[in-house]
Amino acid sequence: MSFLELKNITKRYGPLTAVGDVSLSVEKGEFVSLLGPSGCGKTTTLQMIAGFVEPSAGTIRLDGRDITRAKANSRGLGIVFQSYALFPHMTVFDNVSFGLEMQRVARGERKPRVEEALSLVHLSPYAKRYPRELSGGQRQRVALARALVIRPPVLLLDEPLSNLDAKLREAMQFELREIQRKVGTTTVMVTHDQAEAFSISDRVVVMEAGRITQIDQPYRIYEHPETEFISRFVGKTNLLPGKVVTATGAGATVSLAGIAVPVETADLSVGETVTLCIRPEKLHLTAPSSGLLTGRVADRFFLGSQWLYHIDGPVGTLMVVTPNDGSTPAEQGAPVGLEWSPSVVRVHRGAMAEAPDVALEVTG
Amino acid sequence: MSAALPETAPAAPGDETPERRFPTAPLFLSGPAALLFAALVLTPLFLTALLSFNQFDYATGRTGGFTLEHYLSVVTDEYYLEIFLRTFRISALATAICVVIGVPEAYILSRMTNPWRSIFLLVILAPLLVSVVVRAFGWSMLLGPEGPVNGALIALGIGRMKLLYTEGTVVVALVHVMLPFMVIPVWTSLQKLDPAVEQAALSFGASRATAIVRVVAPQILPGILSGSLIVFGLSASAFAIPGLLGGRRLKMVATVVYDQYLSDLNWPMGAAVAVILLAANLIIMLTYHRMVEGHYRRRLG
Ligand SMILES: Nc1ncnc2c1ncn2[C@@H]1O[C@H](COP(=O)(O)OP(=O)(O)OP(=O)(O)O)[C@@H](O)[C@H]1O
Ligand SMILES: [Mg+2]
Repeated sequence: MSFLELKNITKRYGPLTAVGDVSLSVEKGEFVSLLGPSGCGKTTTLQMIAGFVEPSAGTIRLDGRDITRAKANSRGLGIVFQSYALFPHMTVFDNVSFGLEMQRVARGERKPRVEEALSLVHLSPYAKRYPRELSGGQRQRVALARALVIRPPVLLLDEPLSNLDAKLREAMQFELREIQRKVGTTTVMVTHDQAEAFSISDRVVVMEAGRITQIDQPYRIYEHPETEFISRFVGKTNLLPGKVVTATGAGATVSLAGIAVPVETADLSVGETVTLCIRPEKLHLTAPSSGLLTGRVADRFFLGSQWLYHIDGPVGTLMVVTPNDGSTPAEQGAPVGLEWSPSVVRVHRGAMAEAPDVALEVTG
Repeated sequence: MSAALPETAPAAPGDETPERRFPTAPLFLSGPAALLFAALVLTPLFLTALLSFNQFDYATGRTGGFTLEHYLSVVTDEYYLEIFLRTFRISALATAICVVIGVPEAYILSRMTNPWRSIFLLVILAPLLVSVVVRAFGWSMLLGPEGPVNGALIALGIGRMKLLYTEGTVVVALVHVMLPFMVIPVWTSLQKLDPAVEQAALSFGASRATAIVRVVAPQILPGILSGSLIVFGLSASAFAIPGLLGGRRLKMVATVVYDQYLSDLNWPMGAAVAVILLAANLIIMLTYHRMVEGHYRRRLG
C-alpha cells in the first residue's frame, strides 16, 4: 500500500470545482511533481494534503492512517508555502528554529541543526536578519530551510524555487534530490517549470482545470503525452491536422494537405480525422526536396546550444530544433527539406482543438 | 480606468519642470490641512495655555496678569493629586480591560465568514451611533437603586448594592464606550496578516494557542498599541461618563475642569488643570509608544 494516497479528492468553491476527483498514490521516498497551468488546482491539492483546505469529498491516507479530517498541526508535514509565509517578527534563525522548538528539540541540538539547514540554502551569513530585510529569493530559501530542518516524513513544496536564479535553482534542485535520496523523504512538489519537474521527479502529475490528465515518468510524459493539451503544455510541439488514408495492422498513412506521411499507430480507421504531434527536435533538416516535405526558413533563433527554425511549408509553419554543432546554420529564406522517422510521430484522434490560452514555456 | 485616462492625461504634464515642482507640491498638498489644524486645534490650546498663567480675583471674577499659583496649587494639593491618580488608574484599567476583551473579539471577527462578519462588525460599531450621554444614562438607569440589576440582586436574596457612583461602574461604562476604538485598529492589523503565516505555525505542530501567542499576537502588536493609545487618551479626558456615573464625589480630571470653569468660574485654574492633564497624557502615551514600538520597529517596519 502506498505511503500517501489521495482518493477521489474534490474541492468545490461554490459553483467552481477547483479540484475534481483527484486520485494519486505516492510511494514512500518518492518524488512527485504536480505540473499544470496557473489556476489548475495545484495549490489547492497541496493544501488539502496539508490540512488547510477541507476536501468537499474523498479521502486522504498517510501511512495507512485516514487524515482527511485530521488537524493540520497533527500531520507532521514539512511545507513550503507559495507565499513563503515566513514569521515576519522573527529572525531567519528563529524562523528556522521554530519547527524544532515545536518538536521540543533541546536548545543545544537546535543550534547546529539550524546552522546546517541555513548553510544548505547558502544563507548562513543572514541568520540574524529579519525576513523583510531579505530579497525574494533569500526569503524563499529561508522557507525551504525551515521545512527541511524538521526532517519531515513528507515534504510539500509549493513552487519552492520559483524565485531563484538559474544557477541557484539548479543547486537547490540537486540538494532537494540529495536530501530526498539520503533521508528518504516523500516529496510532493508543485511547479510551473517543466524542466524542473522533469529533472528531479520520479513521476510527474499533469493537471488541467482541476483534474489529473496524466501521471507518468517524466520522459514518458514528454514522449507519450496522452492528450493534445499535454503535448502542447509540456515542451514545444508541432500539431498537424490530417486524415487517415490507409490503415494496416502495423501502421497507417496520414494525408497532410496532400502529403502522405507514415505513422506507426495501429488501430486507426480509414477516413478518420487525426492530429499528428511531432516534437521540434525530432525533425531533421536535409537538402531541399530530399525529405518528406520541403519548405523555406521563415525565421531562425539562436538558443545557445541549439538553433530554433520556423519552416514555412505546405502544412503551415513548423518548428524545428537542431543542435548547434558548430556548423553554419541554414540561412533565412533558404529552401530546406524536412524528414523524420515514423516512430516519433504521436497521433491524437479527432480534430485540433483551439490553442490553449496558457503561456507555453520553452524548454531547452 | 481607461475611460478616465483621457481626462487626466492633459493635466499631468504641468508647466513646471519636475525639479521645481518637487519641493512645492508637498507644501501645497499638506497646506490646507495644516492651516485647518492650526486654526481649530492649536489656537484654542494656545489660548488655554495663556489663560492658565493669568491671575484670578475671586471677589471680582476678573482675570489678568501673570502667575504660577494655579500650577503650584494643583501640584501641591492632595485633592488634585488624588483626582489625577484616580483618572489615570481608571483609564489604565479601562485600557487593560479593552485589550483583554477587544483583541480576542477582533480575532474572532477576523475568522468569521462574510455575512456574519459584516453583521458583527456593525454590532460592534453600532454603539458609536448613539450619543455618549444617552449611553451613560442607560447605564445609570440599569444600575440605579431601582434599576433591573438591583431588582435581580434583591430577587436573588443578595440585597440592594450601591452600584452607581463607584469607580467600578465608571470603568465598566468606559470599557463599553471605548471598545470599538480597540477592536477597529486590531481588526485592521489582523486583516493585513497573511493567513498562511498562522498556517505555517500550525504545520510545524504548534497548537492553536501557541500559534496565536507566538505568531499572531506579535504581528498585531502595532494595532493593539494604537488601540491602547486611543482608549487611554479618550478615557483620561472623558467627561460625560464620569460626570453622569461618578456623581459629585467620584471626580475625574475632566469633571474638575468643568467645575472650575462653570461652578467656581475660576477659568485660569481650570485651564491649568487642563494643561497639566494634556502634558501628563502626552508623557504617558509617548513613553508607552516608545517602549512598545521601539521594540518592534525593526521587525515589522
Ligand atoms: N478560497 C478560494 N475561494 C474560491 N476560489 C478559490 C479559492 N482558492 C482557490 N480558488 C480557485 O481554485 C482554482 C485553483 O486554485 P489554485 O490556487 O489551486 O491554483 P494553482 O494551480 O496553485 O495556480 P498557480 O499555479 O497560479 O499557483 C483557481 O481557479 C482559484 O481561483
Ligand atoms: Mg499555486
